[in-house]
Amino acid sequence: MTIFGFPTQALFGQLLIGLINGAFYAMLSLGLAVIFGLLNIINFTHGAQYMVGAFCAWFLLQYAGVGYWWSLLLAPLAVGAIGIVIERTMLARLYKLDHLYGLLLTFGLALIMQGIFTNYFGSSGLPYQLPEEFAGALNLGFMFLPKYRAWVIVASLLVCLGTWYVIERTKLGAYLRAATENPALVQAFGINVPRMVTLTYGFGVALAALAGVMAAPIYTVNPQMGANIIIVVFAVVVIGGMGSILGAVLTGFGLGLVEGLTKVFYPEASNTVIFIIMAIVLLIKPAGLFGRER
Amino acid sequence: MKAKRLSVLAAALVLAWLSTGAKAQISDNVIKIGVLSDMSSLYTDLAGAGSIVAAKMAVEDSGIEKRGYKVEIISADHQNKPDVGSQIARQWYDTDKVDVIVDVPNSGVALAVNQITKDKGKAFLVSGAASSDLTGKACSPNTIHWTYDTWMLANGTGSAIVKTGGDTWFFLTSDYAFGLALERDTEAVVLKNGGKVLGKVRHPLNTQDFSSFLLQAQASKAKIIGLANAGGDTTNSIKQASEFGIVKGGQNLAGLLVFLTDVHALGLPTAQGLILTNTFYWDTNDQTRAFAKRFAAQDKGIHPTMVHAGVYSSLIHYLKAVEALKSDDGTKVIAKMKEMPTDDPLFGKGSIRIDGRKIHPAYLVEVKKPSESKYEWDYYKIRATIPADQAFRPLKDGECPLVK
Repeated sequence: MTIFGFPTQALFGQLLIGLINGAFYAMLSLGLAVIFGLLNIINFTHGAQYMVGAFCAWFLLQYAGVGYWWSLLLAPLAVGAIGIVIERTMLARLYKLDHLYGLLLTFGLALIMQGIFTNYFGSSGLPYQLPEEFAGALNLGFMFLPKYRAWVIVASLLVCLGTWYVIERTKLGAYLRAATENPALVQAFGINVPRMVTLTYGFGVALAALAGVMAAPIYTVNPQMGANIIIVVFAVVVIGGMGSILGAVLTGFGLGLVEGLTKVFYPEASNTVIFIIMAIVLLIKPAGLFGRER
Repeated sequence: MKAKRLSVLAAALVLAWLSTGAKAQISDNVIKIGVLSDMSSLYTDLAGAGSIVAAKMAVEDSGIEKRGYKVEIISADHQNKPDVGSQIARQWYDTDKVDVIVDVPNSGVALAVNQITKDKGKAFLVSGAASSDLTGKACSPNTIHWTYDTWMLANGTGSAIVKTGGDTWFFLTSDYAFGLALERDTEAVVLKNGGKVLGKVRHPLNTQDFSSFLLQAQASKAKIIGLANAGGDTTNSIKQASEFGIVKGGQNLAGLLVFLTDVHALGLPTAQGLILTNTFYWDTNDQTRAFAKRFAAQDKGIHPTMVHAGVYSSLIHYLKAVEALKSDDGTKVIAKMKEMPTDDPLFGKGSIRIDGRKIHPAYLVEVKKPSESKYEWDYYKIRATIPADQAFRPLKDGECPLVK
């Protein structure tokens, strides 16, 4: 059986690959959406923080002999802590100003981080071997699925669902959402809003670093890795609706699929297709697919 | 007596005038070298900052400054964008008085700079770019293509692989001037040697995820997956191919353009066994080793790629020609460079053809197993040497208008 001249089996393989890439988009756009939704900061350092997460895993392995599993925990903690310092010392001063200031500051920080890493580690990247548990692949009949990629989908789904649950369904999440609507009132109930905001930023950044650690074994760890993906992830967030968590996750996976299919039918356009969709969505629904008009 | 003294004075004056007159042929009294390269993206390590180091070393080793010439080196990042590269080249030639542009990885940018250099009558020494069109249809009296080209890579790696049984191919091609030229030249070699091309897919420059393309390559059942890409694109393809079990499944990868820095980034466990063609390897003889040691000390420990070596040796030859002519007029210097035989510590003796192609031997190498590598950057064993007269496209086949 064939669809548009492609065997269905091959097409299934491509869809699965699309989902895997979508998992990375979802994890990254999730962090961005959380930060934008609760802090109103357009965090352009997100890509750089993802890259630093991957480098962190490499440092841990190279200099401390710490393997992949511990890196999954330690790298996000370390990068999240750096994020908290950035939030306290710099971003906290910008909340009362226009979005644009936050965007410019974070963009500048991203360029500085990338520049420093390129200067010390060059551009061709550093090798990070696949953890041994994941060597090999599963034969699904229609395709050869590397075990590691299967793990990426599972882990990303868990992280996304967990985050969504905490923010939409728990008391802590309710405080967070209330604090974005009316910080003064929430503070009047005795809740330390600035600390909550700081921790939220730290959490968003930790999500980026986690995605970075997960990417390290598949892509070479290099200073450009964040710059390449961040633009796409921003498009994902815009299409999903700025600040919408569910929107970010669903669009992340959805666009991964669309990109995967483009790579089969017209590979030359695989870098642009997401932006074409973004333009169309913005024309029809300026707030994004899942966003609310304010 | 007085007359004699006067005539001595006059002779001295004439001599002084003559010598300054000769120097005055050097525009603004400075030989200005512009290193135009990728300083921030995927080709930075294989060219980039290292090309500036190589240029400085060439000026130093030529000793030209001790003989009273002033040399200045400037550099810029073309960001792999032909429009950015063209704008820099124009500004350099028009207002900054640059005499020669060197390196320029990325064939798209190099072809643009090639045309501008011709229009302005300056000099262009290509090391980083690969497209064989630079000495073919687009050849110019102002350009010399030094280090390697797509025809040479195809001829070296491509024919070696077809002859050892790899007769069905699938191409993974970087979608711009370089990738397309490399694919075209390799396909020709495959077909000529009785092989078949089962399919091809073109990916945008600087792609992160190749799994989708690799899956298509896998489905084609071709014995060889030819990687007509470079830098980070090649390392990502190779890394992900090993993840998808492509080599274990019986298909083999042919890295058509793999640099030393790419092997370093992949690590030997992933890169071992890869066959590739190069024109320079740092661990060849005492001279190249000495060069590599000095170079690495100035470039974050990176050992020189063939692109770096090409920047160095092309500038050594350029400066010789400038001294011989006592002029830095672009068109004249390039003509002189073609006329003089080349000789430098890295590529040895060689020559430059009328179409601008520098001729030297090429080496078919295999990446060592981790157990065979004895020290840092000990990566290649040389399997065969392709002699200079066979390594590059025959003069008559290039369709270069300069060849009559």
